[in-house]
Amino acid sequence: MNEGSVLEMRGIEKRFPGVVALNNVDFTLREGEIHALMGENGAGKSTLIKVLTGVYHKDEGEIYLKGHDIPVAIYSPQDAQHFGISTVYQEITLCPNLSVAENMFIGRGKGLRRDWKKMNAKADKILQSLGIPAQATQELSSCSLAVQQMVAIARAVDMDCKVLILDEPTSSLDDQEVQKLFGLMRDLKAKGVGIIFVTHFLDQVYEVCDKITVLRDGQLVGEYVIEDLPRVKLVSKMLGKEMDDMSDIKNESTAYSGKDAGTRVLEATSLESNAGIKPFDFYINKGEVNGFTGLLGSGRSECVRAIFGADRVLGGSVSVNGKPVKIRKPIDAMKQGIAYLPEDRKIDGIVGDLSVRENIILALQVMKGFFKPFTKAQANAFADEYIKALNIKTASADTPIKSLSGGNQQKVILARWLLTHPDYLILDEPTRGIDVGTKVDIQKLVLKLASEGMSITFISSETDEMLRTCSRLIVMRDRRVVGELRGDELTQNNIMSTIAGGEEL
Amino acid sequence: MSQAKQTANKGSFSLSKIVRNQIFIPIAALLLLALFNLIIDPTFFKVTLGYNSAGDPVLSGYLMTILDYGSELAILALGMTLVTAASGGQDISVGAAIAIAGSVILRVLCGTNSRPEEMQAPVIVAFLIACVVSMLFGAFNGALVAFFKIQPMVATLILFTAGRSIAAWINNNELPIISDPSFAVYGGFIPGVPIPTPFFIAMICVLVTALALKFTNLGLYTQAVGINESSSKLNGLNPAFIKFLSFVLLGLCVAVAGLIKVSRLSSINYSVIAKDIEMDAILAVALGGNSLSGGKFNMTASILGAYVIQFLTTTLYKFNVQSDALPAYKAVVVIILVVMSTPKAREILQSIGQKLKRTERTVA
Repeated sequence: MNEGSVLEMRGIEKRFPGVVALNNVDFTLREGEIHALMGENGAGKSTLIKVLTGVYHKDEGEIYLKGHDIPVAIYSPQDAQHFGISTVYQEITLCPNLSVAENMFIGRGKGLRRDWKKMNAKADKILQSLGIPAQATQELSSCSLAVQQMVAIARAVDMDCKVLILDEPTSSLDDQEVQKLFGLMRDLKAKGVGIIFVTHFLDQVYEVCDKITVLRDGQLVGEYVIEDLPRVKLVSKMLGKEMDDMSDIKNESTAYSGKDAGTRVLEATSLESNAGIKPFDFYINKGEVNGFTGLLGSGRSECVRAIFGADRVLGGSVSVNGKPVKIRKPIDAMKQGIAYLPEDRKIDGIVGDLSVRENIILALQVMKGFFKPFTKAQANAFADEYIKALNIKTASADTPIKSLSGGNQQKVILARWLLTHPDYLILDEPTRGIDVGTKVDIQKLVLKLASEGMSITFISSETDEMLRTCSRLIVMRDRRVVGELRGDELTQNNIMSTIAGGEEL
Repeated sequence: MSQAKQTANKGSFSLSKIVRNQIFIPIAALLLLALFNLIIDPTFFKVTLGYNSAGDPVLSGYLMTILDYGSELAILALGMTLVTAASGGQDISVGAAIAIAGSVILRVLCGTNSRPEEMQAPVIVAFLIACVVSMLFGAFNGALVAFFKIQPMVATLILFTAGRSIAAWINNNELPIISDPSFAVYGGFIPGVPIPTPFFIAMICVLVTALALKFTNLGLYTQAVGINESSSKLNGLNPAFIKFLSFVLLGLCVAVAGLIKVSRLSSINYSVIAKDIEMDAILAVALGGNSLSGGKFNMTASILGAYVIQFLTTTLYKFNVQSDALPAYKAVVVIILVVMSTPKAREILQSIGQKLKRTERTVA
C-alpha cells in the first residue's frame, strides 16, 4: 500500500449473468480526501460501492485498508462496518417508525441491554454538533426527507469511520442543506477521513472534491486531480466521446407551429387536492412545453398529481380540449390522453419484480381493459420497439426491471407512457439521479415530442434544465402559484427573484 | 435462441437454471417423498382395481388417496395463490368457510326435514347458492382487507373464529344426512369411472383458472398490485378492488371444496370438517416457491405444492403416525421444504452446484 492511502482497490472484477459490471477496476482513496466517483448509469459506480461495502462479493481483485498488511475480506455490510467503512445511500435506508436515536444506534454495539436515556442524550449531542434540526426521541418519519438523510449521515459519522461513502446524498436536499452537508464533509476531511462522494451534480463535484475517478461501462477511465479536469472534459470522459456543450440543444427548441397551435389541451380552474396545495389555475396549449418551478416542497409535484388525479381532488374544474371532464382517479386522466411520470421512480414508478416488458405495457394494458390482454407477440413487439427507440440497456425484455440501472428504469417508465400515445405528458423530475447522457437524451426527446404536437409539463430541480426545455414556467412558493414567466423573462435571475418573492415582501 | 445455445453448451449453466426455476422445489420434494417410500416400502405405490358396494369399479391405494384429497387442496391453493399475490397475506378462514358452504349445500338439499328420503332440490342449485354465500363471505374478508386495510390474517381471523358456529346455525345445529347415493358422486366416484371425482373437479378448476389467466389480465394485475400498490394505482389500476376480487375468487374455490367435503360424508361435522385445511393450503402456496408476502406467483407450482402436501400427509398416515402427532411430524418436513424453497437456499444450492462443476473441470 502507498503512503497516505486509507483504501486501495486493485483489479476488482464483478460479473453478473450476461454482464461484466466491473472489469479490472482500480481505486485509491487517500487520507483526508474527498474523492468523486463519476460515471453514467451502468458505469459500475454502485457495483463498486456495493463490493466495497460487502453487499456484493467480488469475483476477482483485492481490497487493502490502512492498518491491515494483507488484503481484507469483506463479505457483509457488518464486515465493512467493522473495518470502518460507512455508507449513506441515495435512498434512505433507515426505519421510519423508530425514533431518531434508535435509528442512529440500531444494529451497533454488543448485547441486548441498552441505556436509552444515555443514548438519547448522546444522540442529541451529535445532532446538535452537526446542526441537524431533529430531536433524539422524535419518530424518524416525522422528520422531513432532508433531515432523515442527515440523520443517516450522522449515524455513519458517529461510527468512527475511516472511509465514508456518500452515494447521492444530496439528491433530496435543497441548496442550504447541501451547504451544511459540505461543511460537515470538510470537517471530516480535516480529521483525516477519506470520503467517496457519488453524485450527478457536476457543480457539487467542483465545489467540494479533490480528486475524480471516472468509470465507464465497468472499466476505469482514469483518476484525475480536480484542477486538471475541466467540466467539459469530465463529461466527455464519462460519455466516452467528445461532446459539444450541452447548452447547444437549447437553440433546437422550436415552438410548435402546427395549425392548431394555441388550442388549449388542458385547462384547470381553482384545482385543489388533499395534498395541501392552495387552489391553482393552469393551462397548457398544444405542442407547448411548460414547467413548475420552486424550492423543494413548494408544491410542484402536488399540482401535477392533482391534474392526474393521483391525489384526491377536493375542488375546481378541469376541461380537456375545451370539454369539461371529471378526473377523480388516474385511469380517468389516462382516458383523457394524459400521462404522468411520477417523481419517485422507485415507489411510484417501477413494478420491481415484473419484467421490463410487463412494465412497458402496463399502462396501455390497463387502458385496454381487464378482458383484453395483449398477446405475447404484441407485448414483445411493443417492448422491443421502445427498448430500441429509447436505447434501454437491458439483458432482455424478460429481465426484472429492478435489476436495471436507475437511468434505464426511468427510460422504461417513459416508454410505458409514450406507448399510450398521450396528448399531454407530465414529467415529474424525469432526470433526477440519472446520468448526464440520459439527461440530455430526455431533454432532446421532450423537445422532439413537443415539435410533433405533444403538450408536455416538465418539472426539474435543475433550473438550467428547465430553461433549456420550457417556454413557460409556473413559479411556486409555499404550495401556492406565485408567478409565471415566459419568453425573455426566462432567466435564472428572474426565477430566483420570483421564488424569493422580492416584490411581495 | 442464444439461451438455448447456452444451455446446450454449458452443463453447469443449465443445472443452475433448473435449480433457479420455481417449479424445481415442489418437483424435487415430490421426488424425494416418492424415493423415500420406494426404499422403505414399495407397496406404497400399489394401486388395485376393486369394486365398491354399488358394484362400480374403483381404483384404490395410497396414490389414489393422494389424488383424491390433494385435489381439494389444489382447488383451495388456486384461490389462496391469488389472495397471497394481491394482498401479501393469507386467508386463514377457508376451513371455517368450507363448513359454511357445506352446511348451505345440505340445508338446501334437505329443505325442512334434516333426514329427507330424497333431495329437495337439484345439487346444482344447492351448489350455486353455496357459491353465492361463499363469495359473500369472501367479499366480507376482502372488504376488511382492501377497504379497511386490516392485515389479511387478522381480518380473516374473525370468520375463522365464527365460521363453524355460523355453519351449525344454518342447519339449526342438526345433523342433516342425505341418503340419496347420487349425492356421493362428487366426493366419491362417477359410476363406471375408477378415478376419484375430486380429481376431475380439480382439473376443471385448474383449466378455468388457466383460461382466466390467459384471457384476462388477472395475473398481471394481481402481481402488479402485490409488488407495488402505489405504482399500480398511478397506472390506472384500483388496487383495493383487485385485492377484494382475489378474496371473492377464493370464496368460489371454497364453495367447490365444500361440495366435495360434504359429498364424501353425505353429512357434516361442523367442528371437524376441513379442520386445519387453511394451513395446508397456505403451505401449498409456500411450497410452490411463491413469496408469502405477495407479488409474483406461479400457479402451476402452487398446484403441485398442494399434491406434495397431501403426499406427505398420506405418507405419514401410512407409517401409522398417530393423528394427534401428525402435525408435529408434518411441521418438521414442512420446515425443511419451505426453507429449501426460499431464494436464499436456492442460491446456496446453486453455488454448491457451480463448485461441483468447477472441481469436475479441474479434474478433467
